[in-house]
Amino acid sequence: MATSKTTDAVAAPVFERSYDTEALAANRRRRRNKARAKKLGLHLILLGLLFVMLYPVIWMVFSSLRPENEIFADLGLIPDTWTLQNYITGWNLFGDKTFGVFFVNSFIICALAIIGNLVACSMAAYAFARLNFRFKWFWFALMLGTIMLPIHAQLIPQYVFFLKIGWVNTILPLVVPKFLATDAFFIFLMVQFMRSLPRELEEAATIDGATYWQRYWRIILPLTMPALATTAVFTFINTYNDFFGQLIYLTEIDKMTVPVALRLFLDPSGGTSSYGGMFAMVLVSIGPVLGFFLASQRLLVRGIATTGFK
Amino acid sequence: MARVSLQNLTKTYAGGYLRAVDGLNVDIADGEFLVLVGPSGCGKSTALRMIAGLEDITDGAVWIGDQFVNDVHPKDRDIAMVFQNYALYPHMSVFDNIAFALQISQMPRSEIDARVREAARILELTDYLKRRPGHLSGGQRQRVAMGRAIVRNPSVFLMDEPLSNLDAKLRVQMRAEIHSLQHRLGVTTIYVTHDQTEAMTMGDRVALLKDGVLQQVDRPTDIYNRPANTFVAAFIGSPTMNLYHAAIDGGPTLKLGSSDIRIPQSVFDARPGLSRYKGKPLIAGIRPEDIGDAATAPQRDPSRELTAKVELFEDLGSDTLVHLGVDAQAAEVRSSDSLDEIKSNDAKGRCIARFTAKSEVAIDQTVTVQLDTERLHFFDAETGEAIWT
Ligand SMILES: Nc1ncnc2c1ncn2[C@@H]1O[C@H](COP(=O)(O)OP(=O)(O)O)[C@@H](O)[C@H]1O
Ligand SMILES: [Mg+2]
Repeated sequence: MATSKTTDAVAAPVFERSYDTEALAANRRRRRNKARAKKLGLHLILLGLLFVMLYPVIWMVFSSLRPENEIFADLGLIPDTWTLQNYITGWNLFGDKTFGVFFVNSFIICALAIIGNLVACSMAAYAFARLNFRFKWFWFALMLGTIMLPIHAQLIPQYVFFLKIGWVNTILPLVVPKFLATDAFFIFLMVQFMRSLPRELEEAATIDGATYWQRYWRIILPLTMPALATTAVFTFINTYNDFFGQLIYLTEIDKMTVPVALRLFLDPSGGTSSYGGMFAMVLVSIGPVLGFFLASQRLLVRGIATTGFK
Repeated sequence: MARVSLQNLTKTYAGGYLRAVDGLNVDIADGEFLVLVGPSGCGKSTALRMIAGLEDITDGAVWIGDQFVNDVHPKDRDIAMVFQNYALYPHMSVFDNIAFALQISQMPRSEIDARVREAARILELTDYLKRRPGHLSGGQRQRVAMGRAIVRNPSVFLMDEPLSNLDAKLRVQMRAEIHSLQHRLGVTTIYVTHDQTEAMTMGDRVALLKDGVLQQVDRPTDIYNRPANTFVAAFIGSPTMNLYHAAIDGGPTLKLGSSDIRIPQSVFDARPGLSRYKGKPLIAGIRPEDIGDAATAPQRDPSRELTAKVELFEDLGSDTLVHLGVDAQAAEVRSSDSLDEIKSNDAKGRCIARFTAKSEVAIDQTVTVQLDTERLHFFDAETGEAIWT
């Protein structure tokens, strides 16, 4: 009796333990498989949706690579004949000017808008975040209020104003306001960011003898890098894609920008429209946005990583 | 080098409702190391920031040297400040962090270079000058913050809890380093801390604040041995002083719960005011190290001994902290954070004694302890003020 009891006592825990781990492992495997199947299903659905959304773009890519007369004749995706002719005609459609002129115009406006927003919004943001002046909260609320004002409500008075001072058909209406901190959203973004910076940094700088300007320039601005990068990216995308503003202020062909010029491929009055050329140039014009975004993505991440705050 | 004088320095918030600093009067001698200590929220930082010029002064005056500086810009007060979280500029190298103030003042580059290197040498930062603060250890960051202060050669250092972000061991090391550095440079220093050990070990004098009100300013030994009130008595010293409601009657004996302790004549000589309290309630205090194990005492003396049960003991190696249950009523001392009672042995009748390593104790054992009655402290039961004259 005594011996069997001891063997029992020894065997039982061993048996129990191995049973236990096996059951647990099986259980875990089952759960993992289930999770995997669920993930796979989800991915399939997402890929399907992505295809539906991307289809027009894909169609445009292939259409830009087939002869003009085949575009609407053949509903299939893959062209019968491959050609780069659309790119050549699109680029050279406007007599002595190539499409490159519009790119240059777009880039000039974008560059000035970015510089304007970075300089003006960051200074305004610093004032709201750190300086004390009378009715600060009123001004701040007023500034935020302009975010809610629809563009369409501002458009006509603005146009009349710029017309009166003779700025229509120049790039000034598109650029000068950026230097006056009119993009309330970016100001707000930077104010929030600057407020999160430790106040002691500036107090230390104050004791070190730094003026407001030096504190802004040497302490706050470098540390606001991530918000500045965000502002630059979004200003570029907004400005580059701003069809409406550029359409109403830029009327001469040699001042036109990419989005406005793309419209010229189509003749609404029933003349000849160059769909192939338009598709080709649309694709070319997507390039800078994509490139800028990819390049700045790294900057955005690095900007956040190097601030090094606890 | 300069002396600093605070006259009736006051700061109120919330429209005068909250008095963060209330009529602070301290004169700090040239080259002195003054520690401003007190529980958190007592107004230490506010006081320091008023001296620095980072906070408007509600009332009173700050003098640095012979200058009335209330309305002087921080940069013109000839001060340097070390912040609790160091406030190093994260995007600048150690060199630029230390050099920043000199660059702002447009000092010639060669001189900046020489000064920064000298500061770095003193603080053993020479190998780290090119690094960013984010790539330094806590102790190194602390030293950079110090470097930023000393490179300017100011006449006053202001430090706001500069060691509180360091681990215990580093804190002890940096404590000594800052102390010796200050001693060498001889710069007048006002040092804020909530840590009474830092206050005791570093300060030439210690100023203790409670709820914005100065309680006592004295040399460390004086503040330890002659605390002005129960708050000071309980705040300074670790473990804290044992404080009990008691009474003195003819004899003269101290009625401590059910025990009678004879008070020697020398105590009355030192505290003439004490005789007025005969027959009246008061608060008696005794520090843990003044309660010894009677068994190891050189001489037994039943008139100053009492027996108590050991509730808990902490063997520290060099000595043993023994928590005893006594039947006297403990006196409560509240700090400005009313949630945080600074007296830790406040449980009714708990008493902490510091026995030498020679004593052997066990939980629930009954021991006889001997009080060093010469070192008893007495306070008014109502006001908590020390009884002297
Ligand atoms: N800007 C402020 N507004 C209102 N109350 C404040 C402000 N700064 C500090 N206080 C209050 O003043 C008191 C003292 O604060 P502080 O000087 O920071 O204390 P300590 O440094 O001793 O911990 C606290 O009660 C705190 O809440
Ligand atoms: Mg503080």
